[in-house]
Amino acid sequence: MLYRESGQFKTGYAADQAVFPILQDRWGMLVMLAVAFIGVPMIMDDYWANAVFIPFLVYALAALGLNILTGYCGQLSLGTGGFLAVGAYSSYKLMTAFPELDMILVLVGAGASTALVGLLFGLPSLRIKGFYLAVATLAAQFFLIWLFYKVPWFYNYNATGQITVPPREALGFLVTTQNATPIVKYLFVLSVVTVFAIAAKNMVRGRVGRMWMAIRDRDIAAELIGIRPFKTKLMAFTVSSFYIGVAGALIFSVWLGAAESGETFGINESFLVLFMVIVGGLGSILGSFLGAGFIVLMPIGLKNVLVDWFGMSAVFAKHLEITTFGVLIIFFLIVEPHGLARLWQIIKEKLRLWPFPH
Amino acid sequence: MLFFMETVISGLLAGVMYSLVALGFVLIFKASGVFNFAQGVMALFAALTLVGLLSGTTPFTHIDNPAFAMPAWVAIPLTIVVMIVFAILVERFILRHLVNQEQIILFMSMVGLAYVLEGAGDILWGSDVKVIDLGLPQGAWDWLLDGYGLYIEKIELVAAGTAVVLVAFLAVFFQKTRIGRALRAVADDHQAALSVGISLRSIWIIVWSVAGVVALVTGVVWGAKSGIQFSLSLIALKALPVLILGGFESIPGAIVGGLIIGVGEKLAEVYGGEIIVAIFGRWYEIDPGIFSATENWFAYVLALVFLLFRPQGLFGEKIIERV
Repeated sequence: MLYRESGQFKTGYAADQAVFPILQDRWGMLVMLAVAFIGVPMIMDDYWANAVFIPFLVYALAALGLNILTGYCGQLSLGTGGFLAVGAYSSYKLMTAFPELDMILVLVGAGASTALVGLLFGLPSLRIKGFYLAVATLAAQFFLIWLFYKVPWFYNYNATGQITVPPREALGFLVTTQNATPIVKYLFVLSVVTVFAIAAKNMVRGRVGRMWMAIRDRDIAAELIGIRPFKTKLMAFTVSSFYIGVAGALIFSVWLGAAESGETFGINESFLVLFMVIVGGLGSILGSFLGAGFIVLMPIGLKNVLVDWFGMSAVFAKHLEITTFGVLIIFFLIVEPHGLARLWQIIKEKLRLWPFPH
Repeated sequence: MLFFMETVISGLLAGVMYSLVALGFVLIFKASGVFNFAQGVMALFAALTLVGLLSGTTPFTHIDNPAFAMPAWVAIPLTIVVMIVFAILVERFILRHLVNQEQIILFMSMVGLAYVLEGAGDILWGSDVKVIDLGLPQGAWDWLLDGYGLYIEKIELVAAGTAVVLVAFLAVFFQKTRIGRALRAVADDHQAALSVGISLRSIWIIVWSVAGVVALVTGVVWGAKSGIQFSLSLIALKALPVLILGGFESIPGAIVGGLIIGVGEKLAEVYGGEIIVAIFGRWYEIDPGIFSATENWFAYVLALVFLLFRPQGLFGEKIIERV
């Protein structure tokens, strides 16, 4: 009754090819954006910003990037942590080398340099496929982490080997370091993520996205109908790395404020982001957000339940949390291998028929 | 020259250890097409269980109770039983539900399984570093040290010996026994195997049990070398380049791949810095120490370069692509 497209007639090609062809979707999206931009800042404080919203948004961005590569183009990558590190370290170098640079330009620069690195590590994908490629991308992960730890130039020769963010502004608002207000930080990250999500949505439904999906579904057949695998795969690697690089820069500069290559961007990050993509739904923009929300919020929820309600010791709760995390992941994969996005689709189908089931 | 020999030999021996881990992967991949990322954690879990039984630790409390301490000849079979039960649980609760899913889903469920086992091992047996005492010899091989000046650790030779025995055993098991033939049939073609009456489920349980035993051996050998602790589970990551170098489906591949990676890694560690300086030293000031701590990635890059020329690995089955 509420969610139904009957009576909504399309009178032109533009209407037919709109991002959200159904009126209710358009309104839903607007309400969501209004809540995110106006409602959420009203309850924003340090805890909510740093523990929930900012991590959710930056991981959603990283998941978007990986989803483009793995979900849309079908190239399994385990090097996400390494690419996040490239984004973080290049943003650090840009911030310290050009103190006047606006944060937006820093992000673009960090994304661009990560895209270059991604392009380089994407080259083997032309010959190597499937799990062989996944393991090959681990080379990127370990090599990049080692590089940032070994070459002092990347952390400006400081003694600790850590990088710490300097205070920087975006369009005149301070967005980094402790002194920035949580609302400004949140809105900055939210705007960046919104822009990138819209761009991704449009990319994947356009020519580029169709090329990616053709390669994913059957690469030889795609080649036969005139899609160049070389160009398409490398494009996926480049775009995906750009997204991940920006996410890495945001993780370092806005969220954490300090980073150390091995600690912050280890192999575990790669798996976390891959979990988000898979739990959320491969090949779905919405899924990237749902997956990121699930993976970011679940440990917080679990910890609260185990420690506060059941009064377990923190160490025991930590171990139980790891186990529960694993169990939930397996449970999800068994119950819905196509992810949360697929669940949402099922709900929508049901809503269309509701309240008459047939 | 002596130093070079020593480097190569210790590389070979380290390679044998990698092969041991890779072997567990190959077994499961051949039989069920599952890329078992949890193999490293399985090694950790098996070793923890063995140590717990040997020292009579009560599960969940982490308190040693010498009254319950078991001799090795009871503890080892009991650990194997635990691994078999684990295999049955994995089949019952995971694999059975994920038949015919895409490979990436299976892979991620194995990563999930790794999390579960990691947490379970910590909860059951505690997370402190443990020492395993099975009377495996420690220290250098005196005879070689005195006679030829070669420094080789006894434990590495024991590991190599164990690996040889294990591989021989597995080869016989796979080639000569009835179960082995069934396993190879399943590896060749699931459906054909099903149609001649081979039960996929029991095959999976057997394969996971065998992989569990391999994990136990791996855990004990690695644990005797570096103590049983969380880092043991990371050896799975070291086995991956070995796997892609050798080819996922090949047992000889796992062994040869392990040896190549072991030697290559040691040589890069020892001589890599000098070579870099010799080539680029003319133009840049380079610290010879730059090439240290490369063991984390060198194997991967070696495997990557290798794959560019042979995408299916050394012994992998030729990839035939059709539309």
